[in-house]
Amino acid sequence: MNDNTPLVRLDQVQKSFGTAKVLDGVSFDVHRGQVVAIIGRSGSGKSTALRCIDRLETIDGGSITVCGQSLGSASLDLRRLRREVGIVFQSYNLFPHLTVAQNVSLALRKVRGKSAAQAGEITERVLCQVGMHDKLQAYPEQLSGGQQQRVAIARSLAMEPQLMLFDEVTSALDPQLTGEVLKVMEKLAAEGMTMILVTHEMAFARGVADKVVFMHQGQVWEQGDAGILGAPRTPELRQFLGNGL
Amino acid sequence: MNNEFNANHLLFLLHGAAWTLGLSAAGFVGGGLLGFLVALGRIAPSRLCRGLVGIYVQLIQGTPLLILMFLAYFGLGIMGFDVPPLAAAGLAMTIYTSAYLGEIWRGALQSVPRTQWEAAECLSFSPSQRLFLIVVPQALRIATPPTVGFLVQIVKNTSLASVVGFIELARAGQVINNALFEPFLVFSIMALLYFALCYPLSLWAHALEARLHVGRRVPLGT
Repeated sequence: MNDNTPLVRLDQVQKSFGTAKVLDGVSFDVHRGQVVAIIGRSGSGKSTALRCIDRLETIDGGSITVCGQSLGSASLDLRRLRREVGIVFQSYNLFPHLTVAQNVSLALRKVRGKSAAQAGEITERVLCQVGMHDKLQAYPEQLSGGQQQRVAIARSLAMEPQLMLFDEVTSALDPQLTGEVLKVMEKLAAEGMTMILVTHEMAFARGVADKVVFMHQGQVWEQGDAGILGAPRTPELRQFLGNGL
Repeated sequence: MNNEFNANHLLFLLHGAAWTLGLSAAGFVGGGLLGFLVALGRIAPSRLCRGLVGIYVQLIQGTPLLILMFLAYFGLGIMGFDVPPLAAAGLAMTIYTSAYLGEIWRGALQSVPRTQWEAAECLSFSPSQRLFLIVVPQALRIATPPTVGFLVQIVKNTSLASVVGFIELARAGQVINNALFEPFLVFSIMALLYFALCYPLSLWAHALEARLHVGRRVPLGT
């Protein structure tokens, strides 16, 4: 794959839940190393679009290509796709019966086939990256939301994905905890990780995103660099920013 | 046997109690294995599978164990299979137990949030890894107290195996009483023995339940 091929391409993606159309012709590209923020009102389809990229939702029309694999094709290797793509959820979704270290190392050993020693090394490294290396033996319920979310990020990072998806990862956190999670994400972005994030943190989008996609009624209403947040062209984005900040 | 209740009679009852335990264990192991498959069938992606297993559960839960015992012993006998009482009783207990444990475990599996499956899927765990590494360990916590509680039902219900001529505790009591005609004494001892088998299980179930509720891990020191 040369550098001009986008890592992720959504082309005219259609998706309905029953009779409700949630994605109505969504198209955008994400290039390697880019940080793309998807913003929009609740119900605008932004989380659904993100979930489609990891094929947690199947689409009804259009096409999605991720890391060279077409998600619609019958020969799609889902497990290979998931190895390339990491996803972090709003509700952390750590495994409550495992310690922090086990949460991170389990997939390394069972999916990647690493030895216990190798997995332990990687686990420590990624937990260091998110500042959680002093809580190896803690259980998720002993941690704050921000700490859990940082472990969840480390768990995805450990798999060395080419692309990280963040689905409103700070929405359940108070401002202080939000700050510590955003700092980790900022660092990741600076290290060149390709990231797509659904977020309500406009200041973060403005500061970190290379590209902002504003969704409205299941469509990409406006997209461009972070500058569109300062100079919205459509009344919908203007109103959204007005209410949001 | 003499006409007075003596040590031999007591030994005979204890022997019967041992068979009660054995039949309970057989029912629990067999029913547990089959019940796990029932639980999986009830949460399977295939609607047909869920439906068929659901009908099995409804059928078994709607049938008295006594009838299952008759069917396993006389029914199979009529069909030309020569089934010894122990095998027939074991089969009936297995089927009966599988329907109940299957439903208890289905509930426990379903109580693990959907998002746990999803998170595991996104880390490329295979379907069986998702089940055994992520979901089952969490479901176990919830399933253990009602499972142990159901053990008590299994132990008591083995008494129905007496109708197919299997000499467990209840049948042993009947045999002795037929010889001595001391119903109050014999059946009291029988009840005591059942109680001695079941009460520890009940205590265990309660202890497990209490631990599930209050034994949450406390936060690390601040």
